[in-house]
Amino acid sequence: MTITAEQQLGMLRQMQTIRRFEERASEDYIAGAIYGVVHCYIGEEAVAVGICNALTRDDRIISTHRGHGHCIAKGADLNRMMAELYGRRTGYCKGKGGSMHIADFGIGMLGANGIVAGGIPIVTGAGLAAQLEEKGRVAVSFFGDGASNAGPFHESINIAAAWKLPMLYVCENNLWSADTEAAGTLAVQDVAARAAGYGIPGVIVDGNDVLAVCEVAEAAVKRARAGEGPSLIECKTYRQRTHTERKEAIDTRPPEQVEAWMQRDPIKLFVADLMSRDIINDEAWEKMDEEIAQEIEVAVKFAEESPFPEPEEALEDVFSE
Amino acid sequence: MRTITYSQAGMEAVMEEMDRDPTTIHLATSAPQPLTDAFGTSRVRATPIAEGAFTGIALGAAGSGYRPIVNWSMVTFSFVAMDQIVNQVSKIHYMFGGQAKFPITFRTSCGGGGRMAAQHSQNPYSMFMNLAGLKMILPSSPYDLKGLLKSAIREDNPVISFEAGNMYAFEGEVPEEEYTLPLGEAHIVREGSDVTVLALGRMLHDTLPAAEVLEKEGVSVEVIDPRTLVPMDVDTIRASVQKTGRLVIVDAASATAGASAEIAAVVAEHPETFAAIKAPIKRICALNVPIPYSPTLEDHVFPDRTKIVDGLREVVAT
Repeated sequence: MTITAEQQLGMLRQMQTIRRFEERASEDYIAGAIYGVVHCYIGEEAVAVGICNALTRDDRIISTHRGHGHCIAKGADLNRMMAELYGRRTGYCKGKGGSMHIADFGIGMLGANGIVAGGIPIVTGAGLAAQLEEKGRVAVSFFGDGASNAGPFHESINIAAAWKLPMLYVCENNLWSADTEAAGTLAVQDVAARAAGYGIPGVIVDGNDVLAVCEVAEAAVKRARAGEGPSLIECKTYRQRTHTERKEAIDTRPPEQVEAWMQRDPIKLFVADLMSRDIINDEAWEKMDEEIAQEIEVAVKFAEESPFPEPEEALEDVFSE
Repeated sequence: MRTITYSQAGMEAVMEEMDRDPTTIHLATSAPQPLTDAFGTSRVRATPIAEGAFTGIALGAAGSGYRPIVNWSMVTFSFVAMDQIVNQVSKIHYMFGGQAKFPITFRTSCGGGGRMAAQHSQNPYSMFMNLAGLKMILPSSPYDLKGLLKSAIREDNPVISFEAGNMYAFEGEVPEEEYTLPLGEAHIVREGSDVTVLALGRMLHDTLPAAEVLEKEGVSVEVIDPRTLVPMDVDTIRASVQKTGRLVIVDAASATAGASAEIAAVVAEHPETFAAIKAPIKRICALNVPIPYSPTLEDHVFPDRTKIVDGLREVVAT
């Protein structure tokens, strides 16, 4: 394990930031301050954080409709994220995107994407760019079990494998494709098995173990940077909440399944692990959580105090001028 | 001046622009040999026949600092990539608040007349005009194709080049020296005073002889090639109709919600232009059917010289 104690604490901080950010986003959504739809990543934080900690700022990623975690793990600014959720002009997309479309091209975050599997070809293009520019960059596609059943997944991985693009295809298998159990729609038990069809490594990892995820990612990144082509990483994880946030959400999943995964909460697991290795103690953990809560407060305040876009701004940005 | 084909003009535009800008790359299901010879297989990629994937790849490469030129080949193949075109390419700049540029040129052959039947014959540009976020050119000659395509490649936004499939062997004068044609400027191909004809794409070549026939009958016909559909040069079109008082639109696409409908609307809803109109606007368009195979059927579907002459006579008689 090459991950230092300091890096591990940074990873914990990111995971808890995602958790607190989304808990607040959910509250504010129910209260009516955030519009449209909010998909929470809570329970899956170890995936985004584990993978992104194997990357540099110059590497590029693309996200899904469940994108807050990837943004935060890649280093996005909480104020601009929250302002976007609040529909404000100071948001990442000037209020034109909302929860499902946060992007920060400056840090290589090519956007959350509202269409399942829609981002996979796009980030494969970032992989092509990385290969052409020869600066050792890699590109990472995050997607779910549902997307692995769709054409763009297969078409993109085929091209990436044929061209040996420096790519990681990271499947967050949370067992449910929206409200449908993935087991009933996947032809194979493990998404990773699909890698064999494209002659690339397919690795399964515990998606609730952030260090395990990071370790697998580091190996795949090394392979990609060495010009050996893409890898498929399947992270077995679970979404602790319903597909979208609702005031009275109806969870169609078996309660015992939800409960079993709650026991395997990735943050609780990581905190216990760090405590067992004396990297953090109760006091330090409490302090970290308080600091994060404070950052979230600042972000909400920034969002609340930011102006809404002027109505006429709806006409701006259709084209680059 | 030298004469080259429409096909050669397109290739020259791509060659010159790829030479000019090293971030330009080419993606298509077959790699044109002259491009591969000049720029190598790294920048000139032969893709799998997976339009959705390579359209999205172009978008991601564009957002990562490259300037892709994509050739979909037949426009009907682009429909395989509809999610990428509609949900991703056309919306990405706006949806993300304009934080990155997405310079992509999509070349595609459209049209009909080749006895290729429904899945290889169509003029679907109005489907794309209905989306915000895509520019589009409709070149009617080798000269226009080269000049417009070069501008499209230099443009920092997605542009679709709707090229007439049955015109690739068509020859025309193209200067040796460098030139570009701006997007958003219509071309008044023939000046006249009695009736304005908007001839879209390859329809120009049936419209000009029809205008000659009317000329002999004492009717002065102004013929305008819009050249680009988005942005559309509305001012030139309106000014012409204000002068002639009559408008005929000739399009090889069907009239229903077509580019012809949009042109008719921008003319009719403009008070000064409406006030100058002396006759109902006439659209001479393809019939609203999938394009059939048999010559007797296909020829019946598309506008031709006779239909254009008849339409012009009808309008000037009003």
